[in-house]
Amino acid sequence: MRQSNQGKQQYEPGTHPDLPPPLGTTGPIKWMRENLFSSPTNIALTILAAFFLYKIIPGAVSWSITDATFIAEDRNECRALNSGACWAFIAQRWGLFTFGFYPEDQRWRVVLAFVLLLMVIVALLWENCPGRKVLFKFALIFPFVATWLLLGGFGLEPVATDKFGGFMLTIIIGVTGIALSLPLGILLALGRQSNLPIIKYACVGFIEFIRGVPLITLLFVASTMLSYFLPPGTNFNLLLRVLIMVTLFASAYMAEVIRGGLQAVPNGQIEAADAMGLKYWPAMRLIVLPQALKISIPGIVNTFVGLYKDSVLVIVIGLLDPLGIGQASLADTKWQGLSTEVYLFVAIFFFVSCYAMARYSLYLERKLHTGHSR
Amino acid sequence: MSSGTSVEGSTSITSQRNIFSRLWNDKETRSVIVQIIALVALFAFFAFMIRNAVYNLEAIGKGFSFDFLWQPANYDINQRLISYDSRSSHMRAMQVGILNTLLVAFAGIVLATVLGFILGVLRLSKNWLTNKIAYVYIEYVRNVPVLLHILLVHGIMVHSLPKPKSAINVGDAGFLTNRGLFMPKPIPEPLLWAVIALFVAGIIFAIIFRSWAKKVQNETGKIYPVFWISVFAIIILPVLAYFLLGSPVNWEAPELKGFNFRGGMVIRPEFIALWLALSFYTAAFIAEIVRAGILAVSHGQTEASMALGIPRGRTLKLVVIPQALRVIVPPLSSQYLNITKNSSLAIAIGYMDITATIGGISLNQTGREMECMIIVMALYLLFSLLISMFMNWYNKRIKLVER
Amino acid sequence: MNKSFLSAAAFAALSMTAVNAQAATLDDVKARGELNCVVSTGIAGFAAPDDKGVWAGIDVDFCRAVAAAVLGDGEKVNFVPTTGKTRFTVLNSGEGDILFRNTTETMSRDADLKLTFLPVNYYDGQGFMISKELGVNSAKDLDGASICIQTGTTTELNLADYFRTNGISYEPVPVETNAEAQTNYLGGRCDVFTTDASGLASTRASFEKPDDHIILPEIISKEPLGGAVRHGDDQWADIGKWVVNALIAAEELGVTQGSAAEMGKAAGDNPSINRLMGTEGDFGSMIGLDNQWALRAIEAVGNYGEIFDRNIGPDTAIGLERGLNAQWKDGGILYAAPIR
Repeated sequence: MRQSNQGKQQYEPGTHPDLPPPLGTTGPIKWMRENLFSSPTNIALTILAAFFLYKIIPGAVSWSITDATFIAEDRNECRALNSGACWAFIAQRWGLFTFGFYPEDQRWRVVLAFVLLLMVIVALLWENCPGRKVLFKFALIFPFVATWLLLGGFGLEPVATDKFGGFMLTIIIGVTGIALSLPLGILLALGRQSNLPIIKYACVGFIEFIRGVPLITLLFVASTMLSYFLPPGTNFNLLLRVLIMVTLFASAYMAEVIRGGLQAVPNGQIEAADAMGLKYWPAMRLIVLPQALKISIPGIVNTFVGLYKDSVLVIVIGLLDPLGIGQASLADTKWQGLSTEVYLFVAIFFFVSCYAMARYSLYLERKLHTGHSR
Repeated sequence: MSSGTSVEGSTSITSQRNIFSRLWNDKETRSVIVQIIALVALFAFFAFMIRNAVYNLEAIGKGFSFDFLWQPANYDINQRLISYDSRSSHMRAMQVGILNTLLVAFAGIVLATVLGFILGVLRLSKNWLTNKIAYVYIEYVRNVPVLLHILLVHGIMVHSLPKPKSAINVGDAGFLTNRGLFMPKPIPEPLLWAVIALFVAGIIFAIIFRSWAKKVQNETGKIYPVFWISVFAIIILPVLAYFLLGSPVNWEAPELKGFNFRGGMVIRPEFIALWLALSFYTAAFIAEIVRAGILAVSHGQTEASMALGIPRGRTLKLVVIPQALRVIVPPLSSQYLNITKNSSLAIAIGYMDITATIGGISLNQTGREMECMIIVMALYLLFSLLISMFMNWYNKRIKLVER
Repeated sequence: MNKSFLSAAAFAALSMTAVNAQAATLDDVKARGELNCVVSTGIAGFAAPDDKGVWAGIDVDFCRAVAAAVLGDGEKVNFVPTTGKTRFTVLNSGEGDILFRNTTETMSRDADLKLTFLPVNYYDGQGFMISKELGVNSAKDLDGASICIQTGTTTELNLADYFRTNGISYEPVPVETNAEAQTNYLGGRCDVFTTDASGLASTRASFEKPDDHIILPEIISKEPLGGAVRHGDDQWADIGKWVVNALIAAEELGVTQGSAAEMGKAAGDNPSINRLMGTEGDFGSMIGLDNQWALRAIEAVGNYGEIFDRNIGPDTAIGLERGLNAQWKDGGILYAAPIR
């Protein structure tokens, strides 16, 4: 007491320096008080959540990492080495999971196509990318380059599409579907908004039909019954049929998303465009669509993510996407009973790519959120 | 139109060109022309497809008829809500499938909605830990294909639950095994109908009472405890009656006999896996919808309501939820549609829904792809239509509340 | 407007070329330079890809034999993996040229599904596998058991019939692929796994402890497994049929993968071998091929016995005995129609 009295400094009024806030109202303690223990319910919730994490995390970590086996020749060796997950299986079949049955000496082509795709995507998504203009021009011819690289011909050894598989197949279906379903979706949405009744009802019928049935029934039709509806003897590639079906499927959803955007564009905008003497297509291209698309970005990305995820369904018709490769590999006598590892591995792949898409959409949404917010 | 018809020679060509260009440049006629072309193209397309189908089917000697539906199906189904055996017809198998689809879709919708609302609220929670757990859960579940969830849950159920011999005993009534959850089956006695009748009467009474109380409130401002009276009429009264009448239900308990439990009711792991996976998956989407809906209600509304002295609970009920629902319901209905459609993934784990019965085994055993797929698609379209009709109706109803 | 005209024209052009494209399967295969062969997604010993993605198995070898006969190279096969459910539609839609997929020949498949079956390449029957510790010795004791079945197969129908006629109850657990059946069976979702006895043996061989499981003595059905082609192309069906016959006959006549080239050089003393090897008669041209068709097939994969021993024979992990599938001279029922 006395000591503190002695140590007490004297200040002129108004010159007292700011004292640090009392302990417990700053730093981690304050944060914890506010975010974890602010009220009885909150405390209960925190304890519950912490208990939940305690129950889940140690087991999951030891199974998937500390007790897991990463190098082994077969499952028995895995079991002998450790008690956790057997990732050696994935490691052994890495090539199969990535490239499917694509010939091993030709796999550089897939890698090259993928690198080019990454360049195009970076150029499209990142404005400050060096050489963006050149890459933009390249983006226009990229589909042809990629097709050539993957399928071969013109100097490269041809590779049939049924050799495609694994993540490569997922990415092909995803990227093609995404690239094609957007324009198609825009056309369908415009068609649905059109005041020409026949066009309108044709679009409505198409959209509602596609949205009303599950994708696997459509894929099943594509894989087995499409040939009944084609002239006798025609037969085109299964992958192409799947791509068409997936694109049509996604475009119907896309159309609905964009229709929402179109409806949000005030009528005055269209009337103003009319008054300026703009015809239908220029008015749409210059006035309506830019606004509508901007509004619908979250929905569009959601549709993309949905399409990408739906590509696993091709397993139902016998295309070997990562899941299909996994299931076929599980039939291998050396590696039975590892389904959890396979499913988790594929799940992680999808999570990473879809989460990235979702984050980018958030970023874009914020960036484009210029004005108009009331 | 009037000019150019009587003129001869080269002039007629130019004037005809004029007619076309004029027709084309006129907005009205152009729209007619475009539509006629579209119509013709559409008809041509369908005619072409149908012609091909007829020709192709004839070429391989397959007919087109639904007669096979009345032939015996010859296969067994393990999960069924109505009686069925291998001598029943494909038609019956289809009905079993329809009921199974409806069952999992309905159960999924209920659970997904409940979970989704809870998660959505947790996402808004001020508690950092729960908030983040909800966030991680939602992001993980949303970004992984639902098929994987289904396979994972099924795998976990089959591999980590015990076999019937060492079943988990749930209060001596239920037994949890990797063959499913075995529960006692109620066998009603005649008096039970009285209880059921009371229950139905309770519901009807609650509906009438509710609208009457509302009317009174609108006219006089007097508020009745509608909720508690409804609970009393619908739940407490029938329960009391049930016990007063001496529990008029016999329970048939499952018993371990040989390989499996016999008797009682069973919920198969395929159903549980599909139901849980679909609900968990859709709940993540619903959570985001709910969060967006609640955030869309401006804070001023809550503050204004509090300023008027309306208690917190009533503020939530009368101010926040009605406005949030307006934002929530339209996207919610499309999630309900998604559950119904995604239930077709049942085929991956062998839950016998429409796609697995008529669109799967029946299709394969009879070779009637065309007929079976038409039936399957028509059924899904019908379900979609019914759900959207219901949700549109509900949407209109809550819109009226907003005024 | 222009666009509409253009698309209409393109449409018409497409439909015309499409109609012209119709041709016999043999010509299609030759033009393509590759045989599209429908196989299973993975049944060890019959058709399954290995670590490198190379297909192997009995069914795969028959595909290769046909490819060798038609195209001159047993490697020019494109394997189309299918599930029990998609196999016939894949074949009927023209996506596959020929099917070798553990497929039982039945009347309805032949007549109603519009398939033409090739000679049987494996005589099988449906059996049951069960864990030893359950102490069951007969299928009649399976009352109340949960049974894993592959959907879209004949086993599903046989099972229903068998249990119905014997008045026993069971819970069917339908699965899509053999791999799923295994995981479900080992995980204890079902007590019993039923499929063709050969499939059971191959599945059991892949288990960690094969001896813990027994295959019950009852064989409840006849399952003559054979290849198939679409109805309506008799020439193509003949090719498939005689390639299978040739491989079976080759074993009977003692022609092996190693000796075929030597025997095919010049006509020998045995006219049967000469006809098979194409050194006598003109049998190849009867089915639209050259006379060395059978020689190439045998060179590519060996005779029936060699195929059997390499893929599922006693020395392999699957370890099946020849049994019914021995030559008729050795007490089996393999009986190739003579090439004459």
